Parts: sequence; C-alpha cells; structure tokens
Amino acid sequence: MADKVEVPEVEITKEQLLGWYRQMVRIRRVEELAAKAYTLRKIKGFCHLYIGQEAIAVGSHAAVDAKDDLISAYRIHGQVLARGGTAREVMAELFGKQAGITKGIGGSMHMASKKLHFWGGYGIVGGHVPLGLGSAFAHRYNESGQISLTFFGDGAAQQGAVYESLHMAQLWKLPAVFFCENNYYAMGTSLDRQSYLTDMSRRGDGVGMTRWQFNAFDVVDVYKNVKAAADYARSGKGPVILEGVTYRYRGHSMSDPAKYRAEGELEEKKQKSDGIELAADRLRDDFGVSDADLAKIKVEIDEEAQDAYDFADNAPEPDEDALYDYVYAPAEVE
Amino acid sequence: MATLQLREALRRAMNEEMRRDERVFLMGEEVAYYDGAYKVSQGMLKEFGDKRIIDTPIAENGFVGLGVGAAMAGLRPIIEVMTWNFSLVAYDQIINGAAKVFQMTGGEYSVPMVIRGPNGAAENLGSQHSQALESIFAHFPGLHVVSTCDPADSYGLLKTAIRDPNPVIFMESELMYGYKGEVPDEEYLIPFGKAKIVREGTDVTLVSWNKQILNCERAADELKKEGISAQVLDLRTIRPLDEQALFDAIGKTHRMVVVQEGFPFAGVGAEIVARVTEGAFDALDAPILRITNRDINQPYATNLEQLVMPSVRRIVEAARAVVNR
Ligand SMILES: Cc1ncc(C[n+]2csc(CCOP(=O)(O)OP(=O)(O)O)c2C)c(N)n1
Ligand SMILES: [Mg+2]
Repeated sequence: MADKVEVPEVEITKEQLLGWYRQMVRIRRVEELAAKAYTLRKIKGFCHLYIGQEAIAVGSHAAVDAKDDLISAYRIHGQVLARGGTAREVMAELFGKQAGITKGIGGSMHMASKKLHFWGGYGIVGGHVPLGLGSAFAHRYNESGQISLTFFGDGAAQQGAVYESLHMAQLWKLPAVFFCENNYYAMGTSLDRQSYLTDMSRRGDGVGMTRWQFNAFDVVDVYKNVKAAADYARSGKGPVILEGVTYRYRGHSMSDPAKYRAEGELEEKKQKSDGIELAADRLRDDFGVSDADLAKIKVEIDEEAQDAYDFADNAPEPDEDALYDYVYAPAEVE
Repeated sequence: MATLQLREALRRAMNEEMRRDERVFLMGEEVAYYDGAYKVSQGMLKEFGDKRIIDTPIAENGFVGLGVGAAMAGLRPIIEVMTWNFSLVAYDQIINGAAKVFQMTGGEYSVPMVIRGPNGAAENLGSQHSQALESIFAHFPGLHVVSTCDPADSYGLLKTAIRDPNPVIFMESELMYGYKGEVPDEEYLIPFGKAKIVREGTDVTLVSWNKQILNCERAADELKKEGISAQVLDLRTIRPLDEQALFDAIGKTHRMVVVQEGFPFAGVGAEIVARVTEGAFDALDAPILRITNRDINQPYATNLEQLVMPSVRRIVEAARAVVNR
C-alpha cells in the first residue's frame, strides 16, 4: 500500500513564523471587510470566505516554489493573498473593479495571476482538478523541475474528474500534489453524510498513490507536510494526495446562515484550533514575541485592509470598451 | 386562487405527484436536509422521508446517470441539478443516455425522468455560473425542454413533466424563485408545446420565455408610450416548439423580435427565426431580430454584466427598428 512518506521535522525561524502569522491575519481581516462590503451590497454574487482555513494557504504556499503552479476551486481569496496577491487587487476584484486581479471580469470565484503562478479559482466543483493534472503533465514534458499543487474540497473529492485525475497522475508518475482541504462540509452537507470514507486521503489508495492525512490547523504542520509531499513529487517518485483536516468558520458562502452545524462545534474549533491563535502561541512560547508586537501586526494589517477597501470602493469600474477583448486570445501569449 | 412563489408552485407540483405516484422520488444536492439550495424542496424530507427525498454527493455524472437507469427500471426520478451549469458534468448521461435510450433500444426501454433546476444568469456570478443552456439540450431529439418561471405555468408544466414518459429538461430561474403569481387551487396540467400570449398587441410580437418575459412586458409598456402596440408571446416549452403560435403571431403583427438569454450562435432564437422564415415568409414585413446575451462569456462586474444581458432598452430599440420607427 502506498503510504505516507516521512515528514521530517523542520527548523522554523522567528521571521518565517512572523511572516506567516501576518499573512493569516491579513487573509482574515481582508475577508472580514469583504463580508462587511457584501452586507452593504458593494460586493455581490457568491462570496465564499476562507476564514478558519488560513493556515492551509499560508503554510502550503510557503512550502512550494514561486514557479510551481497552483490551482484551486472558488474559495480562493485567501489562496491569492497567500500566493502574493495584494489586498488591493483582491478587494478591487471583489468589488468588480478594473484594478482587480482579473480586471473585474473574473470575480470572487475566478481570480488568477500568471505572474504568481496561480492558475485561478474555478466554480465547477472538481472541474479544475484535471487542469492541475495538465499542469503537472506540462512540467514533466518541459522537464521544468516544477510541480503542480491542486487544492480541492471534501465535497469535490466525490467527482469523477478527481478520480480520473488521480489515476492518470499516478499511472504516469507526474509531479503533482493534490491537496484535499477537508473542512467537514460541502455546502450544508457534513462529511459523514456525503462520503463513505471520511479519511479523504484514501482516495489515493484505489490508484496506488502515496497519501496521508494530517491536522492542518497549525501553519507549521501544513508547511512540513506540504514540503514533504512537494519534495517527493519533485524528485520524480510520483504524485501525492494529502488531506488537511480543517474547518470553515463561516457559512458556505455569504448567503448561507449555516444552521446545520452541531451545537458548540464552531466555538470549540475556534477555541482549540484556530490557526492564527496557534501561531501566536508558538510566537510567544518559542520565540518570546510579546503581545504588544502581535497587536502591532494586527493594527498594521487593519490599516492595510482598510486601505484596500477604500481603494476598491473608489476605483473605477471595468473598461466597457474592452468587453470583447478576452473572448479569443489575440496571438500566442508567451 | 392562492398567490404562490415560484418555488412554492414547483414544490406543490412535486408534492402532489409524489402523493399520487409511489414511483416518484427527488434526488439531488442539498434537496433533503438543507431543504433545497433554493428552498424549492422545503419540507419534502419531512413528508416523504429519506427513501424518496435523497441528498447526493457532488457527483452529477453519477446521480443524473442513476436517474436514467432508475427511469429505465420503471421509477419516476426527479433529479435536481443545483443549477444547469453543473449539469454539464452529466451531459454525457443526458445526451448519450436519456435522449437516446428509447429509440436506440427499439422502444424496449423508456426514460420517464425529469431533470430540473435553475437556468440562466442571476447576478454577478461570473463566467461558469450564469449560463442559459436551453439550446444545447433542445438540439437533441428525445428530450423535451421546458423553460419557465411563471408560478402557475411552472406548476402545470412540472406536473406534465413528471407524468411524461420521456426525459424532460425543466429549467427554472434562480432570481425568480421568490416571484409570486396566482395559482388556481384545483389541480391542472399544462400540455407541452403550447405557447401563451401574455399580452395582446398588433404591431410587433416579442417572443420569449422564462424571466426575459418580464423584460418583454416592460419593453411593451415603453413601446406603448410611443404608440407601438407590442404583443408578448411566452413559449413556455422550447421543445416541442409551438410553431402554430409563432405563425399566428407573425400573421397578426407581421414583425417579430425574439428575446433570449444565452448566446446568439445556434441559439433557440436562431431556430425560431428559421422556422418562421421557412413557414410564414409571406407574412413577414421585416427581418426578425434577436436580442440575446452578447456573444461573450459572462463577466463578473455589474456594468459589464448589464452590457451583456438582454435589456429593456435593447428590446425597445429592436422593436422600433422592425416597425421602422
Ligand atoms: C459541479 C458542481 N456541482 C455543484 C456545485 C454547487 N456547489 C458549489 S460549492 C459546493 C460544495 C463544495 O464543497 P467542498 O468541495 O467541500 O468545498 P468547500 O466549499 O468546503 O470549500 C457545491 C455543491 C458546483 N459549483 N459545481
Ligand atoms: Mg468542504
């Protein structure tokens, strides 16, 4: 049976962890302001918040190369920010403005940036996973030394396209990491009601793929596990399917009141396994960072997020003359 | 007469048919414990239990195909797709399966199933969640395609769909689930292939269906102010298409504008233009114009989205153009 590879312990510096802490706070704060804008109808459509899952994006992005390709579903604001997107370009996209990361055309679900090697957000559940497979295929084809990292949900794991992708990746030993973000819910359906197996990494067993499950609340754990998986895939040994156990704090999207949770479930997760708090604990205990220093970071992030909000609010709408510009690519895009 | 929301009218139709026929069941994502993503199936789990109201994993290809198989076995599945955009994951099962089984098996197996869910754009949902897909289903013999949002019509047509011996593509509207209309208290069915004149007029016929009917009515109000009398014809079913109603309309107004969501290329509007031109050419006093989504995938931003969608202004301009004003 294709088991887990060894996940080595890693030395984390204070600077690294402070950076990750800052990123997680940033994601949460930007999204909290996005939620506010949504209730004011400045942001419309679907808006899926990542709050609660920040450690996954931040730890994963830190563990891969800037030139590895990443792809995810529609819950992507945090992914884009973790990958290096600015608060301004993410917020402006949510507001549907020209200055947005996809020019106000993509929106909440479809932010992408070639510069960041972030292939984007996709709205058809499971539908993007074959694209991640294609990215891995291309990396092998080009002998680039890079890998693809594909995120998908516990709900998405049920799609045939995911199974097909896992199988081909394994058959051809492609340099791919598939990361199932298991947040226990697919919309209003809890994991046990939509999946016979609840260890989603076991989706790898049927195709013989190296796989393991881990708790993905602590950003350092995420970093370690993704690094081990990425090193394995990069070495040519074949793909890996990882499952990170996490939890989403908000409803599925802004329009979901999330009445389906068990009583006390959310509070318990927030208390025991909040990624930001776990990082703060480590910073205090292992590195002697003071509460005042942590509070200062929060204030700086508050300012950055508010700046992004004001920027987005006042930014011009997308250029109407460019409406037809992106239907067909004009010439080979390098 | 009761005033019902679209979602209530649809629910009433399903409830009545499920009480009437043990073979009918409802399956889809979030239809049971969540009471439906858009609350169409609210309370149905409670009445019918989880044998007949069934939540699925997110696996459209599988559960739509299950519906085809269950229908072949004699059950009467109602398969809900959360939106028609997601049915594309199951397109093979619908086209290569549902549409073809009866003929392909020489009439041995039929597929009495309904696949239903919201179709067309809501607001700011972007490229993958805003499509109107009537034409890509209506293309295929073997499928019926219904697309409507009027509560009374939806009730009568859904009942017909559930009893129909063939696969029915039943298209609703996300934005219109809360839309209210009078629905008669007594039970009734509405046959497929019967269009409805929503408003009489003499100068031009606006042909449409589902929520664009509302834009046509608003356009007719505007046109009236300019002294143009516009008739509004609601097709309700796309396949079978009520050709006679189209011929009658063109015979009366001699001018026609077709208003549809979805792209112009090989769209339902194109089919209507072809049929009317072939069948009633002599009655035409002007080319038939189409108002459709612009030929571009849906952008997210509000200003761009509004440019892309059919609008009252665009319909009015087209109507003016065909009546030469
Ligand atoms: C093919 C398809 N079916 C249904 C939907 C509607 N839908 C959007 S998100 C979602 C739940 C996905 O859950 P999961 O994969 O666990 O991701 P999470 O939302 O938890 O991040 C569903 C059913 C969709 N977008 N695409
Ligand atoms: Mg989930």
